[in-house]
Amino acid sequence: MESADLAAVWLTLKLATVVTLLLLIFGTPIAWWLARTHSRLKGVVGAIVALPLVLPPTVLGFYLLITMGPNGPVGRLTEALGLGLLPFTFPGLVIASVFYSLPFVVQPIQNAFEAIGERPLEVAATLRASPWDAFWSVAVPLARPGFLSGAILGFAHTVGEFGIVLMIGGNIPEKTRVVSVQIYDHVEALEYTQAHWLAGGMVIFSFLVLLGLYTFNPTRRKVL
Amino acid sequence: MKRLSLLVLSLLAIAGARADEVQVAVAANFTGPMQVISVLFEKDTGHKAVLSYGATGKFYAQIKNGAPFEVLLSADDETPARLVKEGAAVSGSAFTYAIGKLVLWSANPDLIDGSGAILKKGGFRHLAIANPKTAPYGAAALQTLGKLGVAETLKPLFVQGENISQTQQFVITGAAELGFVAFSQVIKNDRIGSGSGWIVPENLYDPIRQDVVILAKGKDKAAATALLSYLKTPKAAAVIKSFGYSLP
Repeated sequence: MESADLAAVWLTLKLATVVTLLLLIFGTPIAWWLARTHSRLKGVVGAIVALPLVLPPTVLGFYLLITMGPNGPVGRLTEALGLGLLPFTFPGLVIASVFYSLPFVVQPIQNAFEAIGERPLEVAATLRASPWDAFWSVAVPLARPGFLSGAILGFAHTVGEFGIVLMIGGNIPEKTRVVSVQIYDHVEALEYTQAHWLAGGMVIFSFLVLLGLYTFNPTRRKVL
Repeated sequence: MKRLSLLVLSLLAIAGARADEVQVAVAANFTGPMQVISVLFEKDTGHKAVLSYGATGKFYAQIKNGAPFEVLLSADDETPARLVKEGAAVSGSAFTYAIGKLVLWSANPDLIDGSGAILKKGGFRHLAIANPKTAPYGAAALQTLGKLGVAETLKPLFVQGENISQTQQFVITGAAELGFVAFSQVIKNDRIGSGSGWIVPENLYDPIRQDVVILAKGKDKAAATALLSYLKTPKAAAVIKSFGYSLP
């Protein structure tokens, strides 16, 4: 493999890791709220979280480009804060990917929380565990398979991202040129040998990820 | 029974009419002119050109793998030559239908003066170009910057579009302050329509020759041959010129 290809692989892994961690941090409270709430807003929030499942990535990428650009609300905000503009930067890709992979992390965790039901938490409360304590020592361990599925799917989905990166990335080596874009470039440039290396690698990687998910986590198979 | 044979006959008639259709793969930068030409072509010859737009490299991969295209209007002259050599296109059918012009363009009306001095002056954060590895306009942009002696200093500011349309999108949205696009994308009444721009002098880059070729699937097909002849008519030439291309 060329060094440019290796750089793309490394960048992709870095992006997927950062995005997965952020999604576990921000996705868990959303999943918890969605699993426990009786609010009328549940449907609205659930639908927003699920939007990236049905929207073409080019739609998301297009709107992110406009909102994060110099004339968009987010762009104006980041400029005012002295952060510069997000398109064509690694942090920009991270934010876009967090949106894009959100349902893949939130939904498995939400399903896992829902499967626990009220009972174990009520029991914990009678044993004088605070809600915070009950969450960490009862809900999280019981929902472990959901967290595992969510993390793996979020990671794998971010690795496979293409449309959004194309729209807001600008194809900059070591900043925004991820593996999927690099494969696309190789194919366009008729460099089929390099394309096969990376594309074949992606197929094997994805298969192994899903194999691991199904083999070690059979009870939560329905999340897919 | 009579009804059935009538149905079969009318279906055959439809199938017969379809034979006058030609499936055309069109380079993204030529979308505008080809939309106009295809209407004139249908009116004047009765044949119908069915158009698909995209990147030339992608078309190449699709054609090599059995795509139903009969004519390719390429963004370069290398892809048609290559297809002929590999037996996927009709030899001797290729010719240059348009020569592309490169423009440095910004959505901001005050940014670029008529001499492109901003490239040396700087003061911008991103310069959008089409991917030089895959898009002829990107390669021409890189060549221009090289001749001006600013390629190395500006390289860190590059953002690359997958094709020339996406490059223009980066500039239109303001995400990149300026970028190299095709004149055909920003032309209005023979000049740059909006924003500001610099038409790059033709001695700064090799001519962007765009060739058309009949593909193996379009061999001996009347509508395909007719389309290629039609591209050479003064009527088609006028359309091509009005979109900012020059002719060989």
